Amino acid sequence: MAIEKRVRFGNRWLPWLLVAPQMVIVTIFFFWPAGSALYQSVLLQDAFGGSTQFVGLENFDRLFSDGSYLASFRTTAVFSLLVASCGICIALVLAVMANRVIRGATLYTTLLVWPYAVAPAIAGVLWLFMFAPSVGIVSHALRGLGIEWNHLLNGNQAMALIVMAAVWKQISYNFLFFLAGLQSIPKSLIEAAAIDGARPWHRFWTIVFPLLSPTTFFLLVINIVYAFFDTFAIVDAATQGGPGKDTAILVYKAYYDGFKAMDLGGSAAQSVILMAIVIALTVVQFRYVERRVQY
Amino acid sequence: MVERRPGITLIAHLVLVLGVLLVSFPLYVTLVASTQTSEQIVQQAPMSLWPGSNLIETYRAALFGGQTASGSRISPVAPMLKVSFICAMVIALGKISISMLSAFAFVYFRFPGRTLCFWMVFITLMLPVEVRIGPTYQVVAGLGLLNTYAGLTVPLIASATATFLFRQFFLTVPDELVEASRIDGAGPIRFFIDVLLPLSATSIAALFVIQFIYGWNQYLWPLLFTTDESKYPIVMGIRRMLAGGDAGNEWNVVMATAILAMLPPALVVLLMQKWFVKGLVDAEK
Amino acid sequence: MAALSIRDVVKDYRAGMRVNRVIHGVSAEVADGEFIVIVGPSGCGKSTLLRMVAGLEEITGGQIAIGQRVVNDIEPAERDIAMVFQNYALYPHMSVFDNMAYGLKIARVPREEISVRVRRAAAILEIEAFLDRKPRQLSGGQRQRVAMGRAIVREPQVFLFDEPLSNLDARLRAQTRVEIRKLHAELGVTSLFVTHDQVEAMTLAQRVIVMNAGLIEQIGTPETIYRAPESTFVAGFIGAPPMNLMPVRAEGPRLVRESCELVLSADAPRDGELIMGVRPEHASFDDHGWPMRVELVELLGAERLIHGRLADAPFIVRTDARLASPSPGQVVGLQIAPESLHWFDPTTQKRLPT
Repeated sequence: MAIEKRVRFGNRWLPWLLVAPQMVIVTIFFFWPAGSALYQSVLLQDAFGGSTQFVGLENFDRLFSDGSYLASFRTTAVFSLLVASCGICIALVLAVMANRVIRGATLYTTLLVWPYAVAPAIAGVLWLFMFAPSVGIVSHALRGLGIEWNHLLNGNQAMALIVMAAVWKQISYNFLFFLAGLQSIPKSLIEAAAIDGARPWHRFWTIVFPLLSPTTFFLLVINIVYAFFDTFAIVDAATQGGPGKDTAILVYKAYYDGFKAMDLGGSAAQSVILMAIVIALTVVQFRYVERRVQY
Repeated sequence: MVERRPGITLIAHLVLVLGVLLVSFPLYVTLVASTQTSEQIVQQAPMSLWPGSNLIETYRAALFGGQTASGSRISPVAPMLKVSFICAMVIALGKISISMLSAFAFVYFRFPGRTLCFWMVFITLMLPVEVRIGPTYQVVAGLGLLNTYAGLTVPLIASATATFLFRQFFLTVPDELVEASRIDGAGPIRFFIDVLLPLSATSIAALFVIQFIYGWNQYLWPLLFTTDESKYPIVMGIRRMLAGGDAGNEWNVVMATAILAMLPPALVVLLMQKWFVKGLVDAEK
Repeated sequence: MAALSIRDVVKDYRAGMRVNRVIHGVSAEVADGEFIVIVGPSGCGKSTLLRMVAGLEEITGGQIAIGQRVVNDIEPAERDIAMVFQNYALYPHMSVFDNMAYGLKIARVPREEISVRVRRAAAILEIEAFLDRKPRQLSGGQRQRVAMGRAIVREPQVFLFDEPLSNLDARLRAQTRVEIRKLHAELGVTSLFVTHDQVEAMTLAQRVIVMNAGLIEQIGTPETIYRAPESTFVAGFIGAPPMNLMPVRAEGPRLVRESCELVLSADAPRDGELIMGVRPEHASFDDHGWPMRVELVELLGAERLIHGRLADAPFIVRTDARLASPSPGQVVGLQIAPESLHWFDPTTQKRLPT
């Protein structure tokens, strides 16, 4: 595929007109706020807009020595690892099974893919309802099994709740990609392995899984980015970062500090740190995943 | 398939059915809850797993507002559906048009600053909305766009993924088509409308599904930008309903709202599943 | 090494309610160490038959036995066979060495022996230099040899080849053909080779199985197939350019066709409607022979192909290029020895005994 087109149109001003809308929006709603965030992160601002003071990296210092910020880092790390690993494993199992059945594969795909359409906020509400300490179906069933469920008090249970809601949504996406990856493995390779004497389990681990590794790695990065950012609504709907700050993932904390606690400088600093993390993750994705080996 | 043992296929089906059940369970619970009355849910906890008889009343209360048994007001959801729909359509269609035009410019023209603009767009890939919330709020407020449809949609319309998708697609369109249309006397705009647009139909459909869902499911943005209830999209409005704590919420109405909120995107996905899958998988290549 | 036995094998494909039969009952016995080529046009069922021997397709009816063992219900992994695929099917993430060692590792062959066997096969195929490379770093011909190496190291009872030369360019194809023959001479493993190319069939096979539309038309040595085709299909499929086939009506020594008349030196095998077959190289020029109007002449280098019409039917003659060439529009006389004439029944399309 050509990176450049051989043919061009010669107009001078038309291309500018064509990219103008995108450039305008990108500049106003992206670069300006991003720059503003960078700028604000080195200021100490009075919440009422009274005085502003340049404080260099003090906001960042404050953040990194703030126990709750570091705790938020840990919370986010735990959360994203759990979401990524559970989401990937479950989706992989389902995709392998779906690839096996000849009849019904499309039906199963439809039935497994629709949660993608559900808003994270709704997902949070649904799972909150099922696990609500007093009226939830599942919490009641757990109580019957001897497990006291109250995610309003128990931090681990709150984490479990948002992990479940987040994984539930993400299975669809992972499933689709795994299925596509499995279907792109030439059948003759599986047949050759079978003739070479490999049983299904052995075949999976020595042939299928290695060939699926670009997809797996790609999904790992995507899932982590998802867990970092797209899950804001789940947290806000289900636990609001609580109990206490047990489920306050980084993005939630940034929102809370900026809009509830009115710490604009700190929130801006957190935004900058988040930006750095995303950039790192995106770079990783592009350098290692886009170099997907062409067989 | 190589191993023909029916046992393996049976296990596969079982696992898949189990997966489908697990995935669909929350939906089932929600549906059932929306057919019962609030008292049934709270007082007869745990709620029965069979559908109740309160379907019509619950949905009517949800859509058009009403009063709960305890006298508190239920805000109507129908206007929120309208807001969500407008936002989703504007975002989807807006994104598609802007990205197509940009991709067209990047691929078929050479102009000064092209590389710079391209990289600017590329960088936006790296920073989702949630990262720049605070400052973006200030910008939007400064422009006087709070509580407006414009504020809800315009900041979300510049998308790098859509631009790259179209760019990738345009690169695969044979050069001969441009040359032929030039010989036939068509200028770039004619070429775009008469040749490129029809060829891109599948990509547009695919992107539409994803962007519609994206626009419909927006939460954080509306949360920050609207304080006027008449501008709440339903996905955000549902959050406001949860103010009452466990027993204090009108769970049946909340669940009915959830179903209403899930319906349009789910419909779009189901009806356009083929394009949706293609769009997702292609976008990441 | 073992003999291969195919008895009354039938294959059906199920599509919803409909059943589609693609192989209608074929039988063949392959001797121990024999190199058999199954040849036929696309869709005739030859690959399906091969895959049934391999265990990659279910056998709907009949029986396949390797050695003395009936393998209908035995998994490919247990049949002790090796297969070379059309697109090589090399494991892209493994080195050439690991590709060849894969089956041996599964069979728990000790590491030293694996190394010995792999290197020996690599030496035979001249791919020792590539042992550490990955398949994507090799050319098509090299990958093909690795695929064969993978089959050789397993030392199986039967080799199966599924159109392995189709993806190679013409010159490489000719080269690899020779290598496969040498390999068979050296190793002597029972081999089943599937191809649509009759040249490969003629050059590689000890015996040929000609298939068409799910049935076996003829089994025989290349020479038998060429000189005594059992049906018009075999007659037209084997040999390039193909045998000239002409429907005629015979009355004693006279053949009538489209108001033209040809006279034989002896009676036709029987009176009535017949199909007469003549190979292009069996007609020579003779002023008193059957008149053929020349339409087109092709020079191939050492040979000339003369296209024309005999008794108003298309006819091709192959001659030595050193002879004088007739020109288009000219009428030349053809002489054909009676023993070079083939006769077929128009209804059964089968050979008539003379």
